[in-house]
Amino acid sequence: MRFETPTSVDQAVALLAADPEARLLAGGTDLLVRLRAGNIAPSTIIDIKRIAEMTVISQEDGGWRIGAAVPSAEMNEHAALKADWPGVVESADLIGSTQIQGRATLAGNLCNASPAADSVPAMVAAGATARIAGPDGTRDVAVEDIPTGVGKTSLGKGELVTSIHLPPKPARSGDAYLRFIPRTEMDIAVVGCGIYVTLDDQGKISDARVALGAVAPTVILSQSCADTLIGTAGDDAALDALAAAASAEAKPIDDKRGTIAFRKDVAGVLAKRAARIALARARGDS
Amino acid sequence: MSQIHITTTINGDETEYLCEADETLLDVLRDHLDMTGSKEGCGTGDCGACSVVVDGRLVCSCLMLAAEAEGRAIETIEGMGQGDQLHPLQQKFLEHAALQCGICTPGILVAAKNLLERNPNPSEEEVRYWLAGNLCRCTGYDKIIRAVMDTAADMRGAA
Ligand SMILES: Cc1cc2nc3c(=O)[nH]c(=O)nc-3n(C[C@H](O)[C@H](O)[C@H](O)COP(=O)(O)OP(=O)(O)OC[C@H]3O[C@@H](n4cnc5c(N)ncnc54)[C@H](O)[C@@H]3O)c2cc1C
Ligand code: FES
Ligand code: FES
Repeated sequence: MRFETPTSVDQAVALLAADPEARLLAGGTDLLVRLRAGNIAPSTIIDIKRIAEMTVISQEDGGWRIGAAVPSAEMNEHAALKADWPGVVESADLIGSTQIQGRATLAGNLCNASPAADSVPAMVAAGATARIAGPDGTRDVAVEDIPTGVGKTSLGKGELVTSIHLPPKPARSGDAYLRFIPRTEMDIAVVGCGIYVTLDDQGKISDARVALGAVAPTVILSQSCADTLIGTAGDDAALDALAAAASAEAKPIDDKRGTIAFRKDVAGVLAKRAARIALARARGDS
Repeated sequence: MSQIHITTTINGDETEYLCEADETLLDVLRDHLDMTGSKEGCGTGDCGACSVVVDGRLVCSCLMLAAEAEGRAIETIEGMGQGDQLHPLQQKFLEHAALQCGICTPGILVAAKNLLERNPNPSEEEVRYWLAGNLCRCTGYDKIIRAVMDTAADMRGAA
């Protein structure tokens, strides 16, 4: 196995395109576990943390660009980013322990393509896009279009994610992410739910995005859930309708961490609770 | 396979080593550099016994490749005391009997030191969350938490 430390995106793309057996290393919190378990045997490890532009969080046209090598701890320490997108930052702050958060990245969480990845529903609810660099140049792709199955992504040969973009946050908007795990820390989501809402000047919901995690092979961005909220004031009846829609949208599997019936129920409960938090944030109550 | 030559700083000392691409920092610390204070409890990021600080950030050395350390500044448990002079956290762990078998202790001390450097006045909840990735099968955690809280209070008083 070789170890490469490109210092530019072009170098990383060239290395990746030249060697189909190469693997990218961001924080390594998924990659190293798989490497040590013998699940993967890459020819080359390409460490992206020496690419300066990928290690920074920057403001861009009122939104935010988060480099693919930025660890979640750094996002959590960024007061302005957290003020704009608390749900996204909190979702990244749920990944593993302090030690894991010192290394784990949003892009790694996304490209690992686990159905239970915590930051993914939060990013999808926020309308995040991933910037992808490859042999043919760069393109921007909605986060929900990156994972295509368990452990699979839509990235082509020689392509990598260079950053995640969070759009400018409109006035009277808020986001939230909640997950259910049997403990309070250090566990894999049984269900996760990210919600984003915008209110009009009458306090009615004018825009909503609802994303469910861990209840299908890939994240679900649910229009039927969003429709239960749009046009309402986020009252109890609307939240009950949201919960019912979320339970209906969830297509989970039975496993040791939860049955289908349990996961569907929890999807509804979490959607309702996350919506309350997002609404409070949009109203400026929290 | 050609080995990778790394120059890094460990506990303030410039250190050089040769490693394979697939060796972790923990492997190199323990097996090449004879710094066996960092422990391998799981090798999968779950237990925190291998905790070290890299450029100021607490990480699991079992989930970092040794080759990644080029030019970084690494702090391990070996750098915590100064000769016979224990760090206040080490002293408090003894006073509170915050360890039994001791396997988790180096990782917990490294993690707790990093917390107190960032936040000299953590709440009990903050200490518990910060240390959630450091597993201990012996103590039941309570004495560990009390030792950290007590150290923080003492260090604030002394400052
Ligand atoms: C103890 C422990 C607890 C955990 N807890 C959680 C949890 O609570 N929630 C959760 O969601 N996850 C959890 N994880 C999984 C993991 O920490 C996250 O998925 C993390 O975000 C991965 O990011 P990374 O930077 O470490 O990725 P890496 O391990 O570096 O990479 C992951 C995968 O993505 C690829 N990749 C990385 N960067 C890019 C890029 N820029 N472009 C294209 N491909 C790329 C890599 O080649 C690899 O296949 C946990 C892991 C451990 C070890
Ligand atoms: S040995 Fe690294 S976390 Fe357990
Ligand atoms: S003292 Fe034995 S594991 Fe903590």
